Amino acid sequence: MAKHVVVIGAGPAGLETSAKLSKMGLRVTLVEKEETSGGHLKNWHTLFPGNMPGLKALESIKEGLDENVKIQTNTQVTALEAVNDYFTVSGHNGWQEKADAVVLATGFKLFDARRKEEYGYGIYENVITSSDLETLLAKGNLFSNHKNPARIGFVHCVGSRDEKVNNLHCSKLCCITAVKQAVEVKQLFPETEVFCFYMDLRMFGRHYEELYKEAQEKYNIQFIRGRLSESTEDKEGNIIVKVEDTLLGKPLRIKTDFLVLMTGMEPAAGTKSLTAMLGLKDVSDKFIRPLDEVLQPNFTDMPGVFVAGTCSGPKSVSETLADARSAALAVEAFLKE
Amino acid sequence: MRLEGKRLIWQDYQKEIADDHYFYARSCIRQTFFPGAEAIFMRILKEELGKDIHDEQHHTSCTGIGYHSDVVPFDTTMTVVARQFALMTEAGYENYAASCVTSFGLYTEILDTWNHFPETEAKIREYLFKATGREFNKPRNLAHASDIVYKLRHQIAAKAKYKLVDKKTGNPLKVVEHIGCHYSKMFPHKGIGGAEYPYVLSGMIEAWGGEVIDYPERRHCCGFGFRQYIVQANRGFSLSCSKKKFDSMEPYEPDMIITNCPGCPMFLDRWQYALSEMEGKTYGKNKQGIPVFTYEEVAGMIMGYDPWEIGLQVHQVPAEPLLDKIGIPYDPLQKFTGKQGQYLGIPESPSYLKFYADQQNTEVIK
Repeated sequence: MAKHVVVIGAGPAGLETSAKLSKMGLRVTLVEKEETSGGHLKNWHTLFPGNMPGLKALESIKEGLDENVKIQTNTQVTALEAVNDYFTVSGHNGWQEKADAVVLATGFKLFDARRKEEYGYGIYENVITSSDLETLLAKGNLFSNHKNPARIGFVHCVGSRDEKVNNLHCSKLCCITAVKQAVEVKQLFPETEVFCFYMDLRMFGRHYEELYKEAQEKYNIQFIRGRLSESTEDKEGNIIVKVEDTLLGKPLRIKTDFLVLMTGMEPAAGTKSLTAMLGLKDVSDKFIRPLDEVLQPNFTDMPGVFVAGTCSGPKSVSETLADARSAALAVEAFLKE
Repeated sequence: MRLEGKRLIWQDYQKEIADDHYFYARSCIRQTFFPGAEAIFMRILKEELGKDIHDEQHHTSCTGIGYHSDVVPFDTTMTVVARQFALMTEAGYENYAASCVTSFGLYTEILDTWNHFPETEAKIREYLFKATGREFNKPRNLAHASDIVYKLRHQIAAKAKYKLVDKKTGNPLKVVEHIGCHYSKMFPHKGIGGAEYPYVLSGMIEAWGGEVIDYPERRHCCGFGFRQYIVQANRGFSLSCSKKKFDSMEPYEPDMIITNCPGCPMFLDRWQYALSEMEGKTYGKNKQGIPVFTYEEVAGMIMGYDPWEIGLQVHQVPAEPLLDKIGIPYDPLQKFTGKQGQYLGIPESPSYLKFYADQQNTEVIK
């Protein structure tokens, strides 16, 4: 009988790992705490580069699933134990499976923007997050109450590279996401002035720099190097932003119709609880530390337990899918031994 | 603005405030600026609420202004504060209540320093002992006096004769709250409501019937930044800070400003006069300005204390329009009469800011 792998988390990483393991002839149970699979991707409007809709990408990933993959939704994993040469994985609802190997694909959660109290998320109506913006774009009713917003601001590094909220790490995708979203807003509202407030721009991926250039030259998006000190609301509901332009060396006060906070990535609650449960290593950012970040990025200190996707650090969707395939190969190699 | 968002944050910033038996450390400047404030605090706590509060006559300045102006070294400051704690210990108290926001911030900073660096605490104990022969216990509970009034706000409301409500319309008064920087900006968890959306004064305003105004420059400094006003050449910054706040709150038509710091009411009050003389600009309706009060004065007003007994006549921006709006009675003839009934003299009338003095009748008293 084919060996059995339990994959925890049915976001892009879990789905892709499961699909690839199944193609390798293994039996897979994919456990998901929520009602449906897809993770954050199902809420994301479009992906960069190419602007592929998030749901379309998700559908393509799911096409790889077959009858060897059993999906167990609405199940929160509460115990994972190594017993002789197999593992027992248990859920909160009494669900239990034996597995020859386990893949952790528990992913990330978005930084709770309320923790940056001075930006007023959850208090001022027109302060939203990058995730909220994707949802509004997907619904097609972006700024429906403001036909022609005069100004929109994007705040980079919200919850990333910020000692004040105990997050030293760079979430790395927020920079390009801000540029992508700023361009999308400008395409919908060409008359709107769009500002990006950044510390430095980390355009690490292919085509990223080009889009950043296009954002400035074609769309006239203003990039201001400086961190917000605060945002407040005026009588009309506009968001008043205080920021220092560190290139000009001048403090600025700008009235915006909307302020979009580029929230960073933190390990999901499931990632943290499984790290603690298994005694795995993490680093200061609390993402799981693989056995070797260069040579064995999908192995952990515990033989038979693997990681895939953003539970081991911020990744784009394309990087996540590549990491998931790499994890499937690592599992196959382990089970053959 | 979503109030529920603020309420979520307020839940994260609550702190223990002792219920009774306070050692009270007065401010070195408040009795000059707003002479009734501390007396009202004592009167409400002792006479109205039956609390035990020790008014220590031998304590000194905490050195806060000198410390923040870089003229008093931290070791000296810590030793002076250690002496205050020794006086508290000798008086048999454990709960330290600071009248001044800067003192409160400084005590918090020193206790936190000693927590992280026990060797510094040991050194300061040694300095104090060598200099004075005194020893001390650290306070079991440290609170700013506004924390205590916040804690007792509903008890005060239950005994109050008036509410922060327009007598004619029944509408709540629109109140600007301004928190001293040293209350919670340095140690957010030591202030009720934290640093960004402090609740200590908002809670009083809500409990006493008023409505809190949030305006864009709410967090901005009042203009009492020590280096802004102590260094005369910088005083324009002080004035600019206050002006920025008044311009920002003006569209909301506030009835009054409440503060919890020694300096904020001083500068928000006096600079309205300075701005009116410099630019002819007055805030509030009918050139009457926006009256500025300490939270103790507001507590005294709603308790029905005589406005002149609690020192409202020393305000630059007149309190009369607000007293009329709430329906608090006062005798205009007594405004410039001293405690012993002596005539104190009428100050010169400002050029623009409305001035309330019954000149003719006062002449009779005189």
